[in-house]
Amino acid sequence: MDLRYSDADEQFRSEFRRWLEAAVPAHGAPPARDDWDGRRAWDTGWQRKLFDAGYAGVNWPREYGGRGATLTEELVYYEEYARAKAPYVGMNFVGIRHGGPTLIAEGSEAQKQTHLPRILRGEEVWCQGFSEPVAGSDLAALSTRAVRDGDHYRVSGHKIWTSFAQQADFCELLVRTDPDAPKHRGISWLIMPMNLPGISVRPIDTLRGESDFAEMFCEDVRVPCENLVGPENDGWRITNVTLRFERGSAWAQDIFELQEYLVDLSALVAQRAPQDASLQSVLGQLAAEADALWALVKWQLGETAKTGVPGLGGSALKLAFTELTQRVYEFGARLLGRAALSRDATDDPSGWRSSDTFLNTLSFTIAAGSSQVQRNLIAERILGMPREPR
Amino acid sequence: MDFQLNEDQEALRAGVRVWCEDRFRFEKLAEVVQQPLAREWWRELAELGVFALRAPESAGGVGLGMAEAAVAFVELGRRLVPGPLLWNLLAAELIPGAASGEVIVGGLDQPQPADRRRPSATPAQPTDAGAALIEYGDAIDVLLVLRDDGVQRIEAAGQLPGTLVAEPLDPLTPMLRVSELPEGTIIGDAALAARLRLEGTALTSALLLGIAESTLEYAVAYAKQREQFGRAIASFQAIKHFAADMYVRQELARAATLAAAVTIDDPAVGDVSRAVASARVVAGAAARENARKCIQIYGGMGFTWEMPPHYYLKRCMVLENTLGQSPSHCTTVAAHLAAPAS
Repeated sequence: MDLRYSDADEQFRSEFRRWLEAAVPAHGAPPARDDWDGRRAWDTGWQRKLFDAGYAGVNWPREYGGRGATLTEELVYYEEYARAKAPYVGMNFVGIRHGGPTLIAEGSEAQKQTHLPRILRGEEVWCQGFSEPVAGSDLAALSTRAVRDGDHYRVSGHKIWTSFAQQADFCELLVRTDPDAPKHRGISWLIMPMNLPGISVRPIDTLRGESDFAEMFCEDVRVPCENLVGPENDGWRITNVTLRFERGSAWAQDIFELQEYLVDLSALVAQRAPQDASLQSVLGQLAAEADALWALVKWQLGETAKTGVPGLGGSALKLAFTELTQRVYEFGARLLGRAALSRDATDDPSGWRSSDTFLNTLSFTIAAGSSQVQRNLIAERILGMPREPR
Repeated sequence: MDFQLNEDQEALRAGVRVWCEDRFRFEKLAEVVQQPLAREWWRELAELGVFALRAPESAGGVGLGMAEAAVAFVELGRRLVPGPLLWNLLAAELIPGAASGEVIVGGLDQPQPADRRRPSATPAQPTDAGAALIEYGDAIDVLLVLRDDGVQRIEAAGQLPGTLVAEPLDPLTPMLRVSELPEGTIIGDAALAARLRLEGTALTSALLLGIAESTLEYAVAYAKQREQFGRAIASFQAIKHFAADMYVRQELARAATLAAAVTIDDPAVGDVSRAVASARVVAGAAARENARKCIQIYGGMGFTWEMPPHYYLKRCMVLENTLGQSPSHCTTVAAHLAAPAS
């Protein structure tokens, strides 16, 4: 067992740190929440800067414009990114963290050549068309139909929680291509251009009062067959494989950021209630759990390096991280006292808008497989407990 | 960076596990309950190299690190191996005979300020409140006392003055109630005391992790074979979600505990005191919560003496009162947040 970064890793760290120190302040403050065009320009503009400097797609293959970093370089990258408080991936989330990695694992050469460099350069924004009104945790119950018609699929259905659908250029879309097969075996994964006729998008306000969310209606949308990723009716496997690839390392940056927040909360405790031993104790408990999560990321990376395939442990990481994050921000909001009743940045001296961010963390334990789904996965796939009748 | 057990560490783990399964599988535990510590198994443990793992080869030790010690101690924790395990290891370089297991070393942590340090300063109350409870106090040859100003060695020779606790909380950990400690000799300074506390806390975390692992295994195995409403209770989400949370706690505890051990071996990779305190907090919670959930999943059987879960919860309570309770370790972590290293 060894936790030491190599000299090459440290060399990379200092280069990246130096670049971030200049680039982050230069990118300025993010636009207002309802300035959609401004937000797209800000998010993709930052992505472009990362790309030009050679820091986009840290773990993506070099041939598609990625950095092709080692696992430890990737950790260093996330550490420094969080330390510099660099811009959140924002609107690039689906392309960078999900759609792109799916194409890398399962896409055709043409699909990779077409999309990966453009995602990395900030030229393509993606959204996710997975959930449906009656297919949430039971994702495989989805009913959006894709019927083959010559060299096209005709797609009709209703998707929901399609974040940034209004701004997206492409959608990673799960559709039912074989309605007669068992529900997990009749699903396919399509790349749907968002400018096709028949697509309409309706924003949905989240409990934070913003409309990052949307629902999407497809009425006889003609998607070219060449946009099928992987074999027809193999979409469920593709979805599960790539979810696994995504879950491990993507949390590293968020965990490190949580540790940074805890340091700022500690300053707030020292200022507001330096004598309150119980607050110190709670703060230490939360920080100890964050430390353990960070160690678990490293442990799981070691496991991946040893076996070549990410294990199922990502579910444990997702579950623990999202539940802890809620507790930490709730603690932060409580520290503010009545100031937490304002969501304005000016009322939180920590600079983290704790009460507003707390509201946002409520989605973490629901999105990308709720905590309850993760617990089922852990119990059934890792601990070998029997499946519920379903 | 390669944060996984290497081949030698895997082999060490397997070796200790085989010995533990042979010596201390659950069916044999009943024979051990409240028996005096047997020198025979103490020597066997020593022959496995458990106490000498960290002592340099020049001194007859194995010359390995805290990482290896932690790996071995997780296994001892899994099987509830009795005895003042961590003190014998900590004493390997300080007390001749400790590494070889010929001398059984016990320990007492006395972090209080000087005027309240000695129990003799206040007359014994009728309830004996204020007396020290010393694990295996009737069996140990030497007692190490960790104080803020240094480390004291007291010759015990199995005859520390005190009364044996009639009903120790953990039936596998006999306790001697001691009102007044005999005079000892100072064998180390405050820095040594602090180092031993740190290393002992890391070893305690490893033992706690073993409890977290074992109670999860017991709980899942029981839930798979116990049927109610016509099916295994392991198929109910209420049980599965308990088990999944137990798994998460175990994984966090393992990563943190091994990271702390590695940090002790190579302080360049992090802050030793923070890593150790964090690991102890997380491992304590994992052992405590997993043992409690194990009892709950066993149902009525979990409340019986003949089933394993209660032994684990009781041992956990002993360990959670060894070298500081969780809240004090939380405070240590919080102090590091306020003054980050580097």
